[in-house]
Amino acid sequence: MSLIQKTKKNIVIPFFAFIFAFFIGGLVIVFSDPEVMSNLKSPGKFLTSALSKIGNSYLAVFQGSIFDINLARGESFFKGFYPLSETIVTATPLILTGLAVTLAFRSGLFNIGAQGQFIFGAIGASYVGFQFDLPPVIHPIAAIVAGVFLAGIYGGIVGLLKAKTGAHEVIVTIMLNYIAGFFILWILKTSVFLRPGRIDPLAPEVNPNSRLSQFLGEDLRIHVGIFVALAAALFVWWLLKKSTLGFKFRAVGANANAAKSAGISIAFVTTSTMVLCGGLAGLGGAIHVLGTEYALTNNIGGSLGFDAITVALLGGAAPLGTVIAALLFAALRTGGITLQSNTGTPAEIIQVIQALIVLFIAAPTLIKGILRLKQDSPDKTLTAKGWNG
Amino acid sequence: MSNLTAQQRRQVRGLITMGVITLFAFYAFYFNSDKTEPITFGFIVGNEWVLLKEWVVASKTGASIFIICSIFGLLIGYLEFKAKRTLTFSSLIFGFGFIMSFLCWAASGKFIPFTGLLQGSLMLSIPLIFGSMSGLLCEKSGVINIAIEGQLLAAAFVSGIVASLTQSSIWGLVAAPFAGALISLLLAIFAIKYAVDQVIIGFVINVLVIGFTGFIYSELLVEYEEKWNSGPSFSGIEIPLLSKIPIIGPVLFNQTIIVYLMYIIVIAIQIALFKSKWGLRTRAVGEMPIAADSVGINVNRLRFFNVMLAGFVAGIGGAYFTIGSVGSFTKQMTAGAGFIALAGLIFGKWSPKGAVIAALFFGFADNLQGTLTIIGLAIPSEFMLMVPYVATIIAVSGVVGRVRAPAADGIPYSRGNK
Repeated sequence: MSLIQKTKKNIVIPFFAFIFAFFIGGLVIVFSDPEVMSNLKSPGKFLTSALSKIGNSYLAVFQGSIFDINLARGESFFKGFYPLSETIVTATPLILTGLAVTLAFRSGLFNIGAQGQFIFGAIGASYVGFQFDLPPVIHPIAAIVAGVFLAGIYGGIVGLLKAKTGAHEVIVTIMLNYIAGFFILWILKTSVFLRPGRIDPLAPEVNPNSRLSQFLGEDLRIHVGIFVALAAALFVWWLLKKSTLGFKFRAVGANANAAKSAGISIAFVTTSTMVLCGGLAGLGGAIHVLGTEYALTNNIGGSLGFDAITVALLGGAAPLGTVIAALLFAALRTGGITLQSNTGTPAEIIQVIQALIVLFIAAPTLIKGILRLKQDSPDKTLTAKGWNG
Repeated sequence: MSNLTAQQRRQVRGLITMGVITLFAFYAFYFNSDKTEPITFGFIVGNEWVLLKEWVVASKTGASIFIICSIFGLLIGYLEFKAKRTLTFSSLIFGFGFIMSFLCWAASGKFIPFTGLLQGSLMLSIPLIFGSMSGLLCEKSGVINIAIEGQLLAAAFVSGIVASLTQSSIWGLVAAPFAGALISLLLAIFAIKYAVDQVIIGFVINVLVIGFTGFIYSELLVEYEEKWNSGPSFSGIEIPLLSKIPIIGPVLFNQTIIVYLMYIIVIAIQIALFKSKWGLRTRAVGEMPIAADSVGINVNRLRFFNVMLAGFVAGIGGAYFTIGSVGSFTKQMTAGAGFIALAGLIFGKWSPKGAVIAALFFGFADNLQGTLTIIGLAIPSEFMLMVPYVATIIAVSGVVGRVRAPAADGIPYSRGNK
């Protein structure tokens, strides 16, 4: 693929996907607001009120995710970047779960199970975090290892079942997500995990020694987890591009039959991919607990597993793309909270915009059709495979 | 063992599993049981004819009766295996015996409203059955439908709003299938026309519907509840005579119109899929589209038609959440029913009959969990709630009888592309 083609695929399509998604999102905001709609009789008034509504909404998203001028005017200019710190905090687990989906895509697997793997990572890290008393540095590492290990096994189950019995990973991961959801509900009721004196599902806070350091001071929640996430992205890039194992992964992902006749064991690739993916998502869960939440709750996963898939799709199943996509979606998510509190527009609109972006990305023909771009060969990573494939 | 086919080997494995479970039941619920108090099953919920008001049985006696029932199921299984038939009937009897012997042990000294348990199970199964029928229509013709959740949610949303605006549940029911079909249209365009990966597109559609309905719910339905979200709901229609039959009467024949529609749809799909020209073509297109094409069937048009039909069916199921029960819409009220429906479809081996049995089983497991929590049982409810998902994993991994999707399920068709 030539450089121009590559740029077109990686920049132009996502760019217009964003534009279209924000445009449709704007329409939804306007048409669901009775106040704006009551001006419908006079076109001029309607248009100004509609545009100001959309403008205010998207401004609030920016304010809530990147830079807040009101905060900057206060004690220090630096404080204005508080939202950016929040965005990065949100992006950290998203990058890792996104990588868990990306890596699977490259081996020809669709990992819907990042949610469940994330939960098991969080459970493992939380347990080591509050149960033991270890020195700093060693404690967070031990907690992370525990989380990654548990989640790696949970992901490995999927790979093993696929390798040994042919059970489709999409079906198995969907089911395992639900099982993980019920499992965490249960474990938070057990005497080990239930915080003494509480009846609601809440684990004890992790030991201060095990927390990831907030390197920009206590005011900003940004923690060293982001560097771990970036290192993981680098690792996935290295794995896929430079290592023998990664070569096998890509070979199986591109054409399983050809890889098999070249002597690559599909069973081995499937299982090791899913173990690694589980580990990545589990790393996300561990870091989320140790860096941001400190205590395990039944809702620790949120919608992270699903967001992870949208991130991987937007990122074109590439490590760097995944990082960028995670930052973008994290910005939207954090901005959504400010959007709701400042303008009263429900934050769910962010979810709509997010889905629309991925919809346009997943069907590039749609955008190319609208923009009358030249159609090129279809994207190989995301081509359809059946249940039996 | 060696001269058996793979299918037969799995059957043998299935029978051995059943045998081991029966032994376990005998040990845990009878031999090692220290329960002395009797269990009471209640059979009356309304004004049906009284055959048996309630049945009081000692825990161990009850357990032994139903363990014998399990053994009976096992024997039938052996006969079915010898006669080279599938182990359907035997599994049902075996499962019934096991669950009942478990209940006799677990609910010792308690009252189990048996008919009420069945009634609740059916209610929980209804959206699952509609959902799995939607999935079935798509997947039999070769289009994977992960968007069942989105179809159900969109239809619940639209039917709730329409019923509220018109103050008529009939209009709500009329609107619901179209909402389901609208979601289907999205799925069909992207999956069939643009040949996008069907799992991905289904997934994205779900996120879109959850976000959109959640947005409108917060923006309009909460604030202007009086106008937008206070629709009426259907009340039950009692079918004369039939509803008087003990046990099954009040369960099956005292329901809302949506449930009666469900009976019709399920029977129609079961017959049409295996007896009609459309059914034959659908299956052909799902298994081997190139062969179907070669005899002049328009593969993609038939797929498009089936996906739209699936949307209508799921739409009626979505209406059950609002106008079929509570009337008003709440955010994410389908709560994963679409995914359990998908699980049911797979667990039921992509057949209408199987999917219905699976949905009923999942509904039963869900409701049993609620009942057991109320009577205060040691088993955590979360593990009962896991049952459908664990069962599906076991089913797809082929421990007890391997399931197989239609061969061309999920593969877009275009001439020249294989």
